[in-house]
Amino acid sequence: MTTSSDNRGKCEILLTVNGKPESVRVYPMERLLDVLRHELGLTGAKEGCGEGECGSCSVLMNGELVNSCLIPVLQAAGANLTTIEGLAHGFQLSALQAAFLECGGAQCGICTPGMILASRYLLNKKPDPTLDDIREGLSGNLCRCTGYTQIFDAVAEAARRRDPA
Amino acid sequence: MSVEHIIGKSVPRKEGRDKVTGAARYIDDMTLPGMLHGATVRSQIPRGVIRNILFDPRFDWNEFVIVTAKDIPGENCIALIGDDQPCLAEGKVNHPEEPVLLLAHADPHLLRKAVDAVSIEYEDLPAIFTIDESECRSQLIWGTDNIFKTFLISKGDVDSVWAKADYIVEGEYTTGAQEQLYIENNGVIAVFDVVQGITVWGSLQCPYYVHKALMALCRLAEDKVRVVQMETGGAFGGKEDYPSMIAGHAALLAMKSGRPVKIIYDRLEDMTATTKRHPSRTRHRTAVGRDGKILGGEIDFTIDGGAYATLSSVVLSRGTIHAGGPYYWPHVRIRAKAVATNAPPHGAFRGFGAPQSLFAMERHMDRIAQVVGVSPIEIRRRNFLKPGQTTTTEQTIREEIDLGRLLDRALELSDYTAKKERFAKEKAGPIKKGMGIAAFLHGAGFTGSGERYLASVVGVEGCADGSVRVLVSSTEFGQGTNTVLCQIAAEALDLTYEDVQIAQPDTNQVPNSGPTVASRTAMVVGNLVRSAAMGIKQTLIAAGTLGGSYSPEEFRAACRDYISEHGQLRSLARYDPPAGVFWDDREYRGEAYAAFAWAVYVAQVAVDLSTYTVKVEDFVALQEIGRVLHPILAKGQITGGVAQGIGFALYEKVVWQNGRMQNGQMTNYIMPTSADLPQIRVFFEEMGNPHGAYGAKGIGELPMDGPAPAIVNAVEDALGVRFDSVPLLPEDVFEAVSVGVEG
Repeated sequence: MTTSSDNRGKCEILLTVNGKPESVRVYPMERLLDVLRHELGLTGAKEGCGEGECGSCSVLMNGELVNSCLIPVLQAAGANLTTIEGLAHGFQLSALQAAFLECGGAQCGICTPGMILASRYLLNKKPDPTLDDIREGLSGNLCRCTGYTQIFDAVAEAARRRDPA
Repeated sequence: MSVEHIIGKSVPRKEGRDKVTGAARYIDDMTLPGMLHGATVRSQIPRGVIRNILFDPRFDWNEFVIVTAKDIPGENCIALIGDDQPCLAEGKVNHPEEPVLLLAHADPHLLRKAVDAVSIEYEDLPAIFTIDESECRSQLIWGTDNIFKTFLISKGDVDSVWAKADYIVEGEYTTGAQEQLYIENNGVIAVFDVVQGITVWGSLQCPYYVHKALMALCRLAEDKVRVVQMETGGAFGGKEDYPSMIAGHAALLAMKSGRPVKIIYDRLEDMTATTKRHPSRTRHRTAVGRDGKILGGEIDFTIDGGAYATLSSVVLSRGTIHAGGPYYWPHVRIRAKAVATNAPPHGAFRGFGAPQSLFAMERHMDRIAQVVGVSPIEIRRRNFLKPGQTTTTEQTIREEIDLGRLLDRALELSDYTAKKERFAKEKAGPIKKGMGIAAFLHGAGFTGSGERYLASVVGVEGCADGSVRVLVSSTEFGQGTNTVLCQIAAEALDLTYEDVQIAQPDTNQVPNSGPTVASRTAMVVGNLVRSAAMGIKQTLIAAGTLGGSYSPEEFRAACRDYISEHGQLRSLARYDPPAGVFWDDREYRGEAYAAFAWAVYVAQVAVDLSTYTVKVEDFVALQEIGRVLHPILAKGQITGGVAQGIGFALYEKVVWQNGRMQNGQMTNYIMPTSADLPQIRVFFEEMGNPHGAYGAKGIGELPMDGPAPAIVNAVEDALGVRFDSVPLLPEDVFEAVSVGVEG
């Protein structure tokens, strides 16, 4: 008989999220995206496709850009994670967030958290990106609203302002 | 004392801070205590009679809430225009994604397995899948003739032109379905309470459409249905009518279970089951004089509506009225129809029929140019509508639009002539380059008497702290509704942008300002916001609390005083049709739109004959849109629309099999990425518009119309091979070029 699942099979996993240590009791194969959203209440990462195509669920894991919908949480055990909620310093927006706001980089906003984290990753690697670097660097994150032009403007503007990583 | 003007300034998006910090709340970010998850069991066949529904005995079905058509308290339909679409199939199915049964359970993983554990036995009926099959009526699947709607526009005496023609130019053009592909899938949460009725929160464009549909479906009074729009992650027309379906499903599950029910589609379900752009076929037969002037012609415009009528009649209407493009037709007959097929109903998508008929018109202009032996520039210049002339519906152009000058500027900005000559000489090697243009127009607001019937109402209210709040059901889904409407209210009241807020669209809180569609929000709703704001000012002045000239501080004090004395400060404005506007719904004649936006787009493409891929290398989008209220938002509308237009032209192909989309994933339905698009260069002309708020015209849909014809015209320029269908994929280029070589 197939009935509701219970807690058997769950395990405890330790993570550092936005600098804060967290402990969650979850199934090891649960998606990191679901753990962030449901267990930790960090709903900034979004599910757009559930198969790693759209990049809306992008987060930084040990400094690398990953699609959190493709990461079983077990794989993230012990990792250092940065989500969109970790970028602003209190009320002070990071330079990237401010530039997205000012340059029109966010329209409907659903791709924005992932897009900003992909931009953060790009600027960490290439602090002075060319337009082609930006195009290439963001090509794993889909945006249906902007045609990307104002996102490129925002990333270039943030690079000029030099956000500390 | 007046503050700085806010109209024309790129102020920060009202909800922008929440969007860049991840704090913005979309429907899937919301959870309610005791909430169940809902799912839909759909038809697996395109057409047939339901004989039996079987439940896999290995499941404990007592754990599930199960809803069928029998559980519907009201009418089993999604009330919209014709009310022909069932909420849940009853006895028969007409397309392969038709909802048959609903399930709810607290565990979403188990729920997914349960959907697969329901099997439906059918008696199959023959189905039809194309416009041609629907027209020949081998099967009657809707009404007596498979036709949802027809229109006839007739101007002058077309039959008289053929004898006078120096050339008769014919062509047939087709466009495919296109998925809106908002990045946030459809979703709602419904709660039922015997006293309060149904409340639905959702990702949606038109709260009052959902409200109307739920009243009929659940047999509830107006005040027992409440619809609230959450932050919405893109819509583009795709969340115009389908949210009524999902909201209906969640509401039925919530009523039966007594618990909150959330339904969130995954990408596959969203792409395969919800609406898409109508596939189309347009036939032109045009009489042309020796000088290239259009003498008259016939246009036959047909769209595939899918299995139910839904919005097809209005999509058809807009496509029909735009079919003649920005040209003067002394005589014209346009016959249009929307036909039924056994596919999920097609619906609204940015442009709403116009991208289809304008693709045909602008490809056909290039064909006429070739037949006559003049350039694509010259053929357009000689036929452009001029002030004082009439459109196909005999609407007189009253604004001083100079399309020739718009064309000249677009050619200069794109360096068209020099590049075209250079590319013509550089024909060696596998990369062929070409230039293409498209000239077009897009009517803003509802067609014909639509705005009169809607009779939209907008409110502006003073708040206890002295600030002002805009009350509309017009929704934000990226375009900038919140920002622009607050700018308009602030400008009207001489306040700062920060003094004005906008209410969350909630049918318990805001009046019905009409649906957020048809590029009507800034122009039509904006004008009403301005009127309502003026009403607030007049009330305060009449009450003696405010002088004729004031600072924002003085206004806030006056507003506070008024509210502490009278309790409420609220002003409503209702749409009042402009005088002297004539529209005949029966003859389809008259003033189709209060304003048109005008545009000339130029595409530069490179076709690689080793891979057969087409790349857009440069794109110039020049348009006249009345007045630019917010430069960054306006530019963002154009770049975003052009990107979708490039997708429509070159990437986005829905692969159908027996009425079902076969490529319902982002891995196999390809939309443009940042690496695929050129820098989209946007330029505006501003002539103003007496019917729009501070001179605004509609802008949202316009940029969808031009890219496909401009690009395909450029591909023909590059290769010398004609293409009359979009999407144009590498395999299509390969096939045509190979045939060309062999033939």
